[in-house]
This record gives sequence, structure tokens and C-alpha cells, in this order.
Amino acid sequence: MTLPDGIVRRAFDGRERLATSGEPVYGEPTDGQWRVWDAGRSKLGAMLELGMDVPLSGGESVLYLGAASGTTVSHVADFAGPTYAVEFAPRPVRDLVSVAADRSNLFPLLKDARQPETYAHVVESNLDAIIQDVATRGQATVAARNATFLDEDGVLLAAIKARSEDVTADPEAVYDRVLDELEETYEILETRSLEPYHDDHLGVVARKQ
Amino acid sequence: MRPSECEGYIPAGAVPDRMTDDAWFAGLPPGDTEGAIDSIASGSAETPRAWPSIAVDKGYADSETEYYDRLRVATIEAARRAVRSREQADDSQLVHAVRSMDDTERLANELAERTAEWAGTLFEEAEPTVAGVRSLAGREPQTDAEGHVLALAEQVDALAEEAETLRSFIERQTPQIAPNLDAMAGSVLAARLIALAGGLEALAKKPSGTVQVLGAEDALFAHLAGHGTSPKHGIIFTHEYVRGTHPDNRGSAARAFAGKLSIAARIDHYSGEYREEIHEELRDRIATIQARTDGGEE
Repeated sequence: MTLPDGIVRRAFDGRERLATSGEPVYGEPTDGQWRVWDAGRSKLGAMLELGMDVPLSGGESVLYLGAASGTTVSHVADFAGPTYAVEFAPRPVRDLVSVAADRSNLFPLLKDARQPETYAHVVESNLDAIIQDVATRGQATVAARNATFLDEDGVLLAAIKARSEDVTADPEAVYDRVLDELEETYEILETRSLEPYHDDHLGVVARKQ
Repeated sequence: MRPSECEGYIPAGAVPDRMTDDAWFAGLPPGDTEGAIDSIASGSAETPRAWPSIAVDKGYADSETEYYDRLRVATIEAARRAVRSREQADDSQLVHAVRSMDDTERLANELAERTAEWAGTLFEEAEPTVAGVRSLAGREPQTDAEGHVLALAEQVDALAEEAETLRSFIERQTPQIAPNLDAMAGSVLAARLIALAGGLEALAKKPSGTVQVLGAEDALFAHLAGHGTSPKHGIIFTHEYVRGTHPDNRGSAARAFAGKLSIAARIDHYSGEYREEIHEELRDRIATIQARTDGGEE
């Protein structure tokens, strides 16, 4: 698998790790311009580390849903083009704003990913990719509603959190339900458990139908 | 407002373009950062469009690079302000709402009691409950006395209805302000804890021993003055985790519950993100405590 341009594997303390080039955000180890992308703190980082075939080459326009305090989205903005970061909880957005202040292509939006019409006046159409990591029930619905932002063959990279859908159910059953619903809008290209980096998470690569 | 009606907007063509009316920059002169911030915060659109190229076509920006620069300045400032106002406003609004709900319910109950007593002499079917009194509201009075009773019944009905509206407001707001407390204690109890502490930040800074006895201040001070035993629980007694535990183990349940509630309050205040792990740990812990007594409940 080839990594998108702007992401490299690099030795930090003798260990090969993912890294991107940009302003440090959360005290991660750095080496010159390169800063470690910790797969244990990032679902997308784990997808890359685990060798999932992520169809990105670098420079893409991206909508990031569930940006939280900006840990992962900071790395995305390091290798992508215009990056729109949606997060609903006010406190993490406080940190997200400082991450955005250090980058020229990151646009923070305090909005609810379940209601794309509240940011469709800001986020452009025909985006190359949606990256989704939302911890709410109805993750497939969020992905479907936001497909409106994607270009015809735009991709979805999602980390599906089983416990957000149903804490008591078997994660496999939850994934099946979520994937069924996703298939109404997307063609699923690859799925993979994100263990050992993230328990009860399924990484999904899909393309808009 | 249509872009064409706004001074300072320079349309590329003479015809106003309905397709672009809902762009965040529609109708804004390029230098109007305040307008852009407002529009990002409160605008909406049915469908996204190729805003960067439209902005260049419409003369909002000379190039897409300039467009993104303007977008960046405006989104950062809009997000910063939205965070500030939501953080400042919300928990204090919640505190007012939960106190008002309690007052309205208490008033409805008191007035219902008085009204029911009177109504019992005039209407055979009047039940001495809030619901009974509310059911009288809307009738046509036949005498002056009935007129007064029915007017009071209307007041009870209005108060009870306002209490219900306040409850649903609290149920909508609490998950946004304190997602972990909301999930752990339920919206209303979470809001009461925030209100008793005097705000989410104040609650986050209280030790869990204090959270455990919030709402039992009378008993606590009596104990400190040398009278009576120390209270095991305050308002958290209303939760199933405490009330549903055998009295012998309620102290342990209240302590475990309060410990996790204060962690939840700290996560809600300092991070704002939902964390499933603490909820799971608490469920396990309560199950263990309740299993100590046969059958757990009662």
C-alpha cells in the first residue's frame, strides 16, 4: 500500500511510525518538520498503520466529521487540501480553533454533523473525501446525509464505533447493521477491525455510488 | 436578503442568482468580516455548491486562495465566538431552568391542593391531584363560585404545562452541556446537581464526597454540629443506582455513583467529549454492589 503524499514512515526512537509535516499539536514527538501521527490516538492513523487501502494521494479536499479537539484533523490538514472540520461539542472546538489557527487550510465549524444543511452554505460541493469519526447513534445516517458534499466518486473513510450504536449488542451485529445502511449510499471497498489500536471500532473505506 | 438588494455586492451578471443566495458570502462586501462571521454561524443551505469558484465569479474574492483566506478568518472567529457563548450561556440557563421547573411543580401542587379542596364541594368527580384539577380546566362555570374554582384550575393547568415544557427543555439542553453527566444520571438529576453546585465548573471542582451529599446539606450540617449520623446520600438518592440498592449497601452505591459523577463532571467541563468507559465501569460496580444482597433490589 502506498501512503498519500505528505504522510511518511519514519523512525522515532528506533520505531517506524507515521508522521506528517506541520505545527505540533498535542505534545507529540517531532523530528525536524515531521511529527508523529499516533495510531493509538487516531482512528484514521490506525487505518493507515494497519495497511488499509486508503484511496488518497494527498492534496484532497476533505470534510471531517467529528473533529473533536483536532488531533487527527491536524494531520489530515497537513497532507490534504481544503479541510472542513465539523464538531458539535463546544469544549473540544476550543482546542480545534487553536489547531486551525496554525494551519492555512483548516476551517473549524461548530455544527451538528447530523444536520448538513446547517453548514452546506459554507462547505463546498464535490469534495474528494469525507472522514468520519462521530460518537453518536446513527453513524450510517450521518454518512448518508453528508454524501451530498462528495464528488461522484468521492470516498468515505469512517471509523464505526460499535458502542455508540448499542452498548449491549454484539459489535459484529452492530457493524452488519451499519454497513447495510451504508450500502444504500456507498459501495463498501474494505472493512477492518481497528484493534489493537482501538477496541470495538471498525474501519470502513467506501466510495459514493 | 437578496444579494442584488444589498449595497456593496457586485454581481457578475445583471440577473440575481437564486442558486447562490444562500452562500455564506452572499450579499457581503469582501471586507465585511463581522457579516461573514454572522452568516457562518446562522446561515444554512439546502445543498452545497462550488462556493470557491462561485465566490470568484461573483467578485467576493479575486482568487480561490483569497477566498480560502477569508473563509479561514471567518470560520475561526465564528467557531471561537460560538464556543464562548455556548459555554457561558448554557449551564447558567440550565440552572435557571431546573430551579424554575421545581418551583412551578411545587406551585402547581400547592395550588392544586387548595383548588381540589374547594372543587370537592362543587364537582363530584374532582380528584385531589394535579391531574384531577387539570381535568376541570376548560369547563363552563354555572355559578360565581364555580367560576373561581375553574379559574384556579386553569392556573394549575398552565403551571403544570410550563413545568412539562421546562422538563423537555432540560432534556434537550443537558446532553449538549454535560453529555457524560446526562448519560450517567439522566437529564434532570444531572441538571439538579449542576444547579446545586452552582454551575458545571463548580461541580467539576467539588470532591466526590461533596457530590455524594449535595442536596442533603441540612443533614450534613446537623451531623457536623454533633447531631445525628452523617448523611449517606443527597439528591442522588432519587437515582435507581442508590434507591434500587438494598439499604445496607446504599452507602457503597452512593459512594461509587458520586465518584463516577464527579469524574463525569470533570470530563464534561474540561473535555466535553462522551466517554463510554466510565459508564461501563459504573454499571459493573453497581451490579457488584447490588449482588451482595440477595436479589439486589429491595
